[in-house]
Amino acid sequence: MSPAEVPRSAAMVSGKHSLGFVVPALVLIGVFLVFPALWTVYLGLTDHRLTGLAAADPQVVGAANYAEALGDERFRTSLWLTVQFVLGSAVLGQAVLGFAIAWVLRDRRGPLKSVTEGLVLLAWILPSSVVAFLWIALLDRDGGTLNAILHTPGFAWLLDHPMMSIIVFNVWRGTAFSMMLYGAALENVPPSQLETARLAGASTLQQLRDVVFPHIKGHVLTNLLLITLWTFNDFTAFQLTAGGPEGRSEILPVYIYNVAMSGGRLGFGAAVSFLVLVVNLVLAFAYLRLLRSRGEVRPS
Amino acid sequence: MTPVRHALGTIGRAAFLALVLGFFALPLLWLASAPFDAHPSITTSVPEFTLANFRALLDNPYALGSLRNSLIQACGSAALVVTLAALAAYALSRARVPGRDALLYVLLLLSSVVTGTAAMVPLFELATRLNLIDTHLGVVLTLSGGLLPAAIFILKDFMDATPTSYEESARVFGASAGQVLRHVVIPLVRPGLATIAVWAVANVWGSFLQPFILLRDPDKAPGAVILYTLYTEGGAPRLDVISAFSLLYSLPVVVMYVFVSRRYGFRFHGGIKR
Repeated sequence: MSPAEVPRSAAMVSGKHSLGFVVPALVLIGVFLVFPALWTVYLGLTDHRLTGLAAADPQVVGAANYAEALGDERFRTSLWLTVQFVLGSAVLGQAVLGFAIAWVLRDRRGPLKSVTEGLVLLAWILPSSVVAFLWIALLDRDGGTLNAILHTPGFAWLLDHPMMSIIVFNVWRGTAFSMMLYGAALENVPPSQLETARLAGASTLQQLRDVVFPHIKGHVLTNLLLITLWTFNDFTAFQLTAGGPEGRSEILPVYIYNVAMSGGRLGFGAAVSFLVLVVNLVLAFAYLRLLRSRGEVRPS
Repeated sequence: MTPVRHALGTIGRAAFLALVLGFFALPLLWLASAPFDAHPSITTSVPEFTLANFRALLDNPYALGSLRNSLIQACGSAALVVTLAALAAYALSRARVPGRDALLYVLLLLSSVVTGTAAMVPLFELATRLNLIDTHLGVVLTLSGGLLPAAIFILKDFMDATPTSYEESARVFGASAGQVLRHVVIPLVRPGLATIAVWAVANVWGSFLQPFILLRDPDKAPGAVILYTLYTEGGAPRLDVISAFSLLYSLPVVVMYVFVSRRYGFRFHGGIKR
């Protein structure tokens, strides 16, 4: 077949069928992904409830939900806890620990490297219900392994330090991604430059700042944006503390569940969901811009 | 570099690695020991070996049934995602639709933005109105919608990499578009389809939020939800059941991860490729 014929026959293959092939997927995505996102906007403007009068006949209340949320002590607390959770467990915890592990393991081979990487990965791939219980067992007040090791019997980690508990938990849970990303990124750093810096007497910190960082800047930004997005939306903390005690670990995803699903205030919950959606959009757009500026988005 | 500084560096790295190993291994030890312990306690200890805990699973009314539910929901979603994504990816790879790449990126963007957390209320409302509460189908459709964009994106890469000359030959001999897809294209991209299937199964298998919201009936609940109720709902938790169930429920994910990473070096989570 001559090259000139290829485009025409390729178009013939799909031609009228291509639409029929794409439509089922688009319908499913439209109904269960795009429509819910748009519907959040509308629901957030109503007083819709799970039960009672407002369940049968929800009224549009405009921006009242948003005004109420901003004036609500519990919402503001939740927002602040979310900032702590994201900064503490993702930006400081996962990113720094993940980089440190990747850096220390960068030119090692052998069982120590594979065991370390394997354990870190295991924490990441196990189902959330399982890891949540593992941590409940670890931190248990009476029989928890941590209290047994530290000789602090009766110390109630999840009750006395709920935020610290879920932050450390999330560092443990999610470091694998940063470790793998930085592991790949560090391969881009020319060993000769590191060697030169070392011979010139640069300390490890100086090497990291002057040699390593310029080579992995893009990866650092990618990493921070993605883990921020995931941590911001992560619901696993619910399985550890359910937001308690007394809302002291009620980060936004848990807050939305408690208000909308447990409390039955669907309209108000949708309004808060919409705020989450907007933050997600900002993070995702920043990520896309970043990819484009690095030329990783392939031209058609 | 002075010898002292060198030695300090080596000691520092070793100490750091020991701490990392301890930190990551400590919570996992319980999962390795308790399922085989004749008297499992919440504290990690060397087990007094037994397999009786796995027998205790048989007595629990929901444990094994929930694994079957997980399997139904995971395989249902995987089948749906692979089928719809393969069709869409094929058409998008072969036809020159204007704005095709922009469309793909918008969908991909949406799938990472519209998370379960952000769409909790509308997904629950949608399932209520469509009578999908307490059905496997509701969970399958909801989760598939989120997985499809990334699946199409990855499969389109696979399709783009296969030559069109086989398809043209088949067309010359009068095969229909459906026949070409079934007998020519699918065999060529089978590794891609397998990857997407395993990725979808692993994702759905671990999902907690969506089934937790959409299913009220414990007879329909998957392993993720039943395990959560085992340790949260009233009374002293049955550690024999919880430990054995946790292990059994975790195994498939670990096996799938090892399989996929050995075979394709594919990374889980977060549809957007680095």
